[in-house]
Amino acid sequence: MADDNCLISNDWVCGEYVRTRGQELTDATLQHIGITLASVAIGLLVAFPLALLARRWRAVAGPVLGMTTILYTIPSLAMFSLLVPVFGLSAAVVVTGLVLYSLTILVRNILTGLASVPQEAREAARGMGYGPLRLLFAVELPLAVPALMAGLRIATVSTVSLTTVGAIIGYGGLGNLIYEGMRSYFKAQVLTASVLCVVLAVTADLALLLVQRLLTPWARPKRRPKAAPKVRKTEKAVA
Amino acid sequence: MGVVERTWEWLTTTAHWSGTDGVWHRLGEHLFLTVVCLLISCAIALPVAVLLGHVGKGGALAVNISNVGRAVPTFAVLVLLLLSPLGSHGSWPTVIALVLFAIPPLLTNAYVGMREVDRDMVEAARGMGMTGTQIIARVELPLAFPLILTGVRSAAVQVVATTTLAALPGGGGLGRIITAGFRLTDTAQVVAGALLVAVLALLVEGAFVLLQRLLDPMRGHPATVRA
Repeated sequence: MADDNCLISNDWVCGEYVRTRGQELTDATLQHIGITLASVAIGLLVAFPLALLARRWRAVAGPVLGMTTILYTIPSLAMFSLLVPVFGLSAAVVVTGLVLYSLTILVRNILTGLASVPQEAREAARGMGYGPLRLLFAVELPLAVPALMAGLRIATVSTVSLTTVGAIIGYGGLGNLIYEGMRSYFKAQVLTASVLCVVLAVTADLALLLVQRLLTPWARPKRRPKAAPKVRKTEKAVA
Repeated sequence: MGVVERTWEWLTTTAHWSGTDGVWHRLGEHLFLTVVCLLISCAIALPVAVLLGHVGKGGALAVNISNVGRAVPTFAVLVLLLLSPLGSHGSWPTVIALVLFAIPPLLTNAYVGMREVDRDMVEAARGMGMTGTQIIARVELPLAFPLILTGVRSAAVQVVATTTLAALPGGGGLGRIITAGFRLTDTAQVVAGALLVAVLALLVEGAFVLLQRLLDPMRGHPATVRA
C-alpha cells in the first residue's frame, strides 16, 4: 500500500516506480551505455593517430592541442546545438560532440604516456632489431598504458556524465528520463535516473582501473604518485 | 536558404537583441550569474585549498572532490535542486549548482599549486624567521599563483557552461535562446544561441589566459618551480 502511494505523493524514493518502469529504465541505461561506449571508442580511434602525428611533427602538435582545447571550452549544450544542422536530430549529434570532448583528454594523455617511455627502453628495442611499428606496439604503448588509462578513465567518466545533456535532442540515455521528470515534476524518476547515472560512471571507472591493473602488473606499487598530478591538466567542464 | 544564412539573418535582426528575451538581456543574466557564482566559489574554495596546501593535509580530499565533480552530471544536479524545496526560490537552485561545480577545479588546482612549491624554499623562508602567514603570503602564494589562476580559469569556463545548461530547467542566461529555439523548432535560433554561448566561453577563457600572463608575480623570472 505504502508503495502504491509513493507514486501519487511524488516521493523522491519510490520502489513502485522502479518496479513499474523497469523496462523504461533498462532502455535508457542501455542507450546511455551505448552512446558512452561509441563515443569513447571513436574518441580513442581518432585520438591515437592524432597523438602519433603530434609526436612526430612538432608543427602538428601546436594546432592539434590548441584545437582540442578550444573544443573543450565550448559548453555541451552549445556543442550539441551546433551539430544539429550537420546530423539532424540523431544520436550522431551526441556521439560526435562527446568524441570531440574526449579528444582533449585522450590526445594529451597519450602524448604524456609516450613521452614517459624511458629512452633506454627505446634504444634497447632498436638494438634488438625492432622496427618503428613493433617498437610502438610492443614497447612504447605498453609503457604508456598508465597515463593512457588515466586519460581514458577521466574521458569515460566525463562522457557518462555529459551524455545526459543529449536529452535536449532526445538522445541522452538516462538524461531523457531526467528531462521528462523535470517537465512533469516526477521526483522519483529524476532521482532514480541521476543515481543510476552516477553508478554507471563509478562502475565504468572501477572497471577501467581493473583493466589497467591487469595490463600493468609491474606498475602496481607506484601507481598512485603517477595518477595524482594528472588531475589538474584535465580538470574542467562537466557541464 | 541554408542554415548559415538563416543563422546570420537571426543574428543580424535587431529585434532578437532587445527585450527580456533578447540577446543583451540574456547575456547580462549570463554574465551576472557567472561573476557572482565565481566570486562565491572562490571565497569558499581558495582559502580552504591554500590552508590545506600550506599544512599539507587533505590531499586525498582535494583530488577526490574533482573526481566526484566529474562523475555527477551537472544536468541531474540542476534538475534535482529545481525539484527540491529550494526550487521555488527563484535562481537559488542555479546559483547553488553553479557554485558546487566551480569548487572542484578551484580546490584541486590551488591545492596542487601550494603543494608543488619547492619544499626547500619553504624551509629557507622558515629558516629566515618567517611566520606561517608570511610564508603563505610571500613565498607559497606567489609561487602557486599560476596554478591557482588556472583553477579560476577552469572554474569560470565551467560556470559559463553550467549557466548555459541551467536554461533547461528554466534558468536565465544565453542558454534560453537555445532552448527556446528547440521549442520553436527554429534551427537558426538554436545555432545562433549556440554560437553566442561558444563565443562567450572562448572569450572568458581567453581573458583569463591574458590575465594569467599579466598578473603572474613570477613574470620575467626564470621558471624554477614547475619542474
